Amino acid sequence: MNAEHLLFWIFSAILLVAAFRVVTARNPVHAVLFLVLAFFSTSCLWMLLRAEFLALALVLVYVGAVMVLFLFVVMMLDINIDRLRQGFWRHFPLGALVGVLIALQLWAVLSHGPWQAAFAAGTAANGATSNITALGLLTFSDYAYPLQVAGVILLVAIVAAIALTLRRRKDTKQQRPSEQVRVRRNERVRMVAIANDAEGRQDARQG
Amino acid sequence: MVPLSWYLGVGAVLFALSVIGIFLNRRNLIVLLMAIELMLLAVNINFVAFSHYLGDLHGQVFVFFILTVAAAEAAIGLAILVVLFRNLSTVAVDRLDALKG
Repeated sequence: MNAEHLLFWIFSAILLVAAFRVVTARNPVHAVLFLVLAFFSTSCLWMLLRAEFLALALVLVYVGAVMVLFLFVVMMLDINIDRLRQGFWRHFPLGALVGVLIALQLWAVLSHGPWQAAFAAGTAANGATSNITALGLLTFSDYAYPLQVAGVILLVAIVAAIALTLRRRKDTKQQRPSEQVRVRRNERVRMVAIANDAEGRQDARQG
Repeated sequence: MVPLSWYLGVGAVLFALSVIGIFLNRRNLIVLLMAIELMLLAVNINFVAFSHYLGDLHGQVFVFFILTVAAAEAAIGLAILVVLFRNLSTVAVDRLDALKG
């Protein structure tokens, strides 16, 4: 049992405990924070697998952006947790059965196949080029077109999210620049003819 | 060196935990979204592990694209959640019965 095994066990244990707490936490804010912990420990696992770029991207993009978005939404909404938790454990036996079955299936198919021998040698990434260099070369040559599509997907997501949540309230005061530049003098200034008589001056003095 | 099957085991258990989470939190839409994120994470762990042990970087490029799509999905899902809460004042899934489905 060397240091790599020890680190693997520590990070996997943290990951699985955090994942269990995500789905069972009473408070949604705690669930989001445990999800952040799960992403952090996954990032450490990917570091063990020498996937440095993805590990850092997971921390920066996921923990830094997506989880903060989750946290904002969870804190913004005033949720009645007690109503949502009614009958929380009622379907636990069924869920646990399905979950155990899925885990066993995945384990049986993935871990004991005849092709397992292909990985026995453990062809580790050679240290000639760094992970990020190799990944960058691959991404911007073979995957240049899919990369553009990914960018378009993100753009569509931005536009969709804004279009969904944008709300124009009727009582807000806002400027309309297009009407402001088209304004004419007669709309702003009104010339009033005031009668210059003695009676009017007397009223003004008394008032 | 850690064997590949250990990473696959972690991925499998993580996926199963998120399936259990979907069964438990079938009313709370926010935790359902989080369980979906966990599922994608389990898949990504498998991808990265295979990529490392095959010495083939294409798996990591695929994880990169999965992360992109998952971020877009989370953003749109949360936007729908906010609109839903504005209209119904709740995020309970069983209140989504406007279509009488």
